[in-house]
Amino acid sequence: MENILEVKDLNVYYGVIHAIKDISFHVGKGEIVTLIGANGAGKTTTLQTVTGLIPARSGKVTYEGKDISKTPGYKLVGQGIAHVPEGRRVFADLSVYQNLMLGAFTRKDKAETEQTLQMVYDRFPRLLERKEQRAGTLSGGEQQMLAMGRALMSKPRLMLLDEPSMGLSPIYVNEIFDIIQKINADGVTVLLVEQNANKALAIANRAYVLETGKIVLEGDAHELMENPQVKAAYLSE
Amino acid sequence: MSSFLTYLINGISLGSVYAIIALGYTMVYGIAKMLNFAHGDVIMVGGYTVFVVCSTMGMPPLVGILAAVIVCTVLGVTIERIAYKPLREASSLSVLITAIGVSYFLQNAALIIFGADTKSFQSVIHVPSLSLMGGQVTVSGETLVTILSCAVILLALTTFINRTKTGQAMLAVSEDKGAATLMGINVNRTIAVTFAIGSALAAIAGVLLCSSYPVLSSTTGAMPGIKAFTAAVFGGIGSIPGALIGGIAMGVIENLSKAYISSQLSDAIVFSVLIIVLLVRPTGLLGKQIQEKV
Repeated sequence: MENILEVKDLNVYYGVIHAIKDISFHVGKGEIVTLIGANGAGKTTTLQTVTGLIPARSGKVTYEGKDISKTPGYKLVGQGIAHVPEGRRVFADLSVYQNLMLGAFTRKDKAETEQTLQMVYDRFPRLLERKEQRAGTLSGGEQQMLAMGRALMSKPRLMLLDEPSMGLSPIYVNEIFDIIQKINADGVTVLLVEQNANKALAIANRAYVLETGKIVLEGDAHELMENPQVKAAYLSE
Repeated sequence: MSSFLTYLINGISLGSVYAIIALGYTMVYGIAKMLNFAHGDVIMVGGYTVFVVCSTMGMPPLVGILAAVIVCTVLGVTIERIAYKPLREASSLSVLITAIGVSYFLQNAALIIFGADTKSFQSVIHVPSLSLMGGQVTVSGETLVTILSCAVILLALTTFINRTKTGQAMLAVSEDKGAATLMGINVNRTIAVTFAIGSALAAIAGVLLCSSYPVLSSTTGAMPGIKAFTAAVFGGIGSIPGALIGGIAMGVIENLSKAYISSQLSDAIVFSVLIIVLLVRPTGLLGKQIQEKV
């Protein structure tokens, strides 16, 4: 399988703290790959380094065959990478509609953008109902949907999702994971960071387990679910 | 009654100048989260540009105004690029002190170039004055143009922010720079555009101010700058309608207290009102109530 994203020997420091240690992983085109691990393992840092929000000390990030290690973060959206950040980060003072249109900021094709907007409203009918509402007044689950819808507005080929289920009620958690699978079925490759390892492994093709900035395990998601180490550390019955 | 109306209209006019300057403060604060204390001195540069182009070189007023807008826009963007951009990750105190430094730099540069003696500025506004209520109230052309300019600027700015992609990007950056970057917005460029707009407005404010109060010196912009900053805080810093309301309120209070209470105490009265408003509403009249979501 052709790789859409390749990360090789990545090292990231926060001051003197060595946060990411020689991480290498890849995401194949069309896959759902998940990075699981405890709080502070370096999952979010890894995603933020890939999208250029945090500079890497060393290592190489390749996207669709191009080296993007030195590309400024804002340019990656136009190249087909969308990042749904931890904590949703919707623009609370702006309306749902304004948030979605900011997701299409780099697009110049007005008619097609309108189509994408309809597609997002079809996928998230609640966003259509609340399109004039201030994003800050939405519930946590609705904000997560808005953050994902906003990311879809850029028509990404690779979508990075950071803790999409965090702080959501169980009903919303199931709905969000359903939607991730549907987005993937539409041809978007997904790199998913999750603390909810049960759910993440259930929908992923492959997985990497991070511990204190290192990849300690990797492999087929369903096999990892049966792995006694993973079961003991990350999976609740 | 008629004299009250005259004071009121002149107050609104002065307040319109404050509002135009306050818009620059408030936009830059909203987006770059910094207080650009050199903003007032950009007004002075605008004033000197018109003076040189119109009085010294004898060009028509429109050329002078256009030159002032261009010079100030370039100056604003240059200041941001050289002095503030390298400090993007620095503490807000460092940025504040740098801004004060830039302010002194501009004042002293003007002092070297134009000398210490004040220049008398010739109004570039040639609009006949308006007679109201059967000649009891006269409104000068400068006053009319100032109030009208403020209205047009506010309308244009609101439309720009609500209707254009760059305007929406400004709103996104003002709320969350990181999330804005994830939308594909170039945050540095957006900040530069904000400085360009703020400085162009300062140039216009300089032209209007010097046309109504025709003395020009290196510190011409300092006091109006501080008052406009106060107006921005008064209305709620970061808020565009707040800048308008704050500016007009400041101008009217200043002029009425000059007329009816004491011209020496007018500034003290203006700042007292500010203190009272901030005691009651710490975020200003239209400022956002700060809510930290946990």
